Amino acid sequence: MKLPEAAGLLLALLARLITGAQGHWHGAPPKAEQRIYFANHQSHFDWVLIWAALPRDLRTITRPIAARDYWTSSKLKHWITREVFNAVYVSRERAADEDPLEPLMEALRHGDSLVIFPEGTRGNKAEPAAFKAGLYHLAEAFPEVQLIPAWIDNVQRVMPKGEIVPVPILCSVTFGAPLSLQAGEDKRAFLDRARNAVVALRSVH
Amino acid sequence: MGSLRALSVSGQIGLLFVVLFGLLTVVSVIAFSRTLRDRSDAQLAMHEQFKRDLRAVWVGAVLFWLAWVAGTLVSTLLFGIVSFLALREFVTLTHTRRGDHRSLLLAFFVVLPLQYAIVATREFDLFTVFIPVYVFLAIPVVSAFGNDPQRFLERTAKIQWAIMVCVYGMSHAPALLLLDLPDYEDRGAFMVLYLVAVVAVAQIVQEYASRRLRHRPVARAISRTFSWRGWLIGAFAAALCGGLLYWATPFKPWPAVLMGFIAGGSGTLGEFVMKALKRDAGVRSWGGKASVTGAVGLLDRVAPLCFAAPVFFHAVRWYFGI
Repeated sequence: MKLPEAAGLLLALLARLITGAQGHWHGAPPKAEQRIYFANHQSHFDWVLIWAALPRDLRTITRPIAARDYWTSSKLKHWITREVFNAVYVSRERAADEDPLEPLMEALRHGDSLVIFPEGTRGNKAEPAAFKAGLYHLAEAFPEVQLIPAWIDNVQRVMPKGEIVPVPILCSVTFGAPLSLQAGEDKRAFLDRARNAVVALRSVH
Repeated sequence: MGSLRALSVSGQIGLLFVVLFGLLTVVSVIAFSRTLRDRSDAQLAMHEQFKRDLRAVWVGAVLFWLAWVAGTLVSTLLFGIVSFLALREFVTLTHTRRGDHRSLLLAFFVVLPLQYAIVATREFDLFTVFIPVYVFLAIPVVSAFGNDPQRFLERTAKIQWAIMVCVYGMSHAPALLLLDLPDYEDRGAFMVLYLVAVVAVAQIVQEYASRRLRHRPVARAISRTFSWRGWLIGAFAAALCGGLLYWATPFKPWPAVLMGFIAGGSGTLGEFVMKALKRDAGVRSWGGKASVTGAVGLLDRVAPLCFAAPVFFHAVRWYFGI
């Protein structure tokens, strides 16, 4: 076993020990199909939680999005995001002639699955903020990729903003039924529908 | 039973485990053969429930066997891990706020390891006062530094309760392992097995009796099944079980019966209290049916032990005057 793989297993074990990282699948079984998972975003821990909740063989083909300036700023951060998580780097600074979604499109063309947080930033309210347009553009460009909504529960208690050590509290990730962009569907209508699909998973038991 | 008493320590323990695993195997085989029949949905649901309980008993028995094979240090560590998982579940069920973060870190990463380290070093005087005195005072101090006055007393009380039940109560089980009793060296594993056996018997018999008797519940809002008669039947069954196991304990026959009664009775009361706690936390599903966070299950099974262990431990110390 190589070092990144071992580090990945250790991280997943830690995440399970601290949060339980239970994955509940409602509407779609965990299968190795190409997918975009989109979820509410409340904590830095969200990605690790979703990743640990996935079955092991799906972890290798599912990639997070990482801000390039932050996650390549130190050797360790760069190593973890590149080697362990195989992250897709995006720039937060937008150059005039560059499409910010291009790295994501590239990964999808490559056949990888992605996890995105369409709110764009970590929220601290009970309801997720309005979704940004990226999800719509990806759905438009890749109609064959399944869009799976996911609700992450309880994670804000594990690591509130500003704290660095997580408290062990059980969390869960509920994955819902796949969504797809309807023919001629308006951008705002689709994004609201996607957001509602995420929120609806909160009350699924 | 005198001849059983004359066996060597490892002979006795080995015999106990053979009996335990033999019984479990018989029950499992019967349970499996029953799945081959056609049955109604209600029966099937009950059977599923039974299978889950049986699996839990198997896991528990294997854990005990491992603990015995690997020695006291490993078993203390195992109890520490169970304690950690139970505390995690307890904290998930209570509503803590941001300001509690540091106190919770203290509970999980300082108090819990320290308490088990104290057990492992057999400092029983410090072990008895560490959490009720020092941690009791330290937690509100740390919480106050969290700078959040809202529901301060309630939040602190919840954290202290969580530590008392999941860490303090639970740590008395490995403490029994390490307690030096007169003429009873290296047999701590028996005491723990004795405790677990009587508590489990009390719980199962009480549950069964309450279902059958349909007696008036004492506190309907908390438990529809808990009745005094059911409790007494459970505690007496524990006493009987304790009496039957007396050859493996340092007690004389009647004290063994009485100890069984005390441990079994306090265990089922602990379960009752845990039900009240869960009602308070708004958890409605019991017995393996997971809530969203999966925070139901382990606590149910260990809560009776957490309540019975300290009572039993101190009863033993008092009985032997140590």
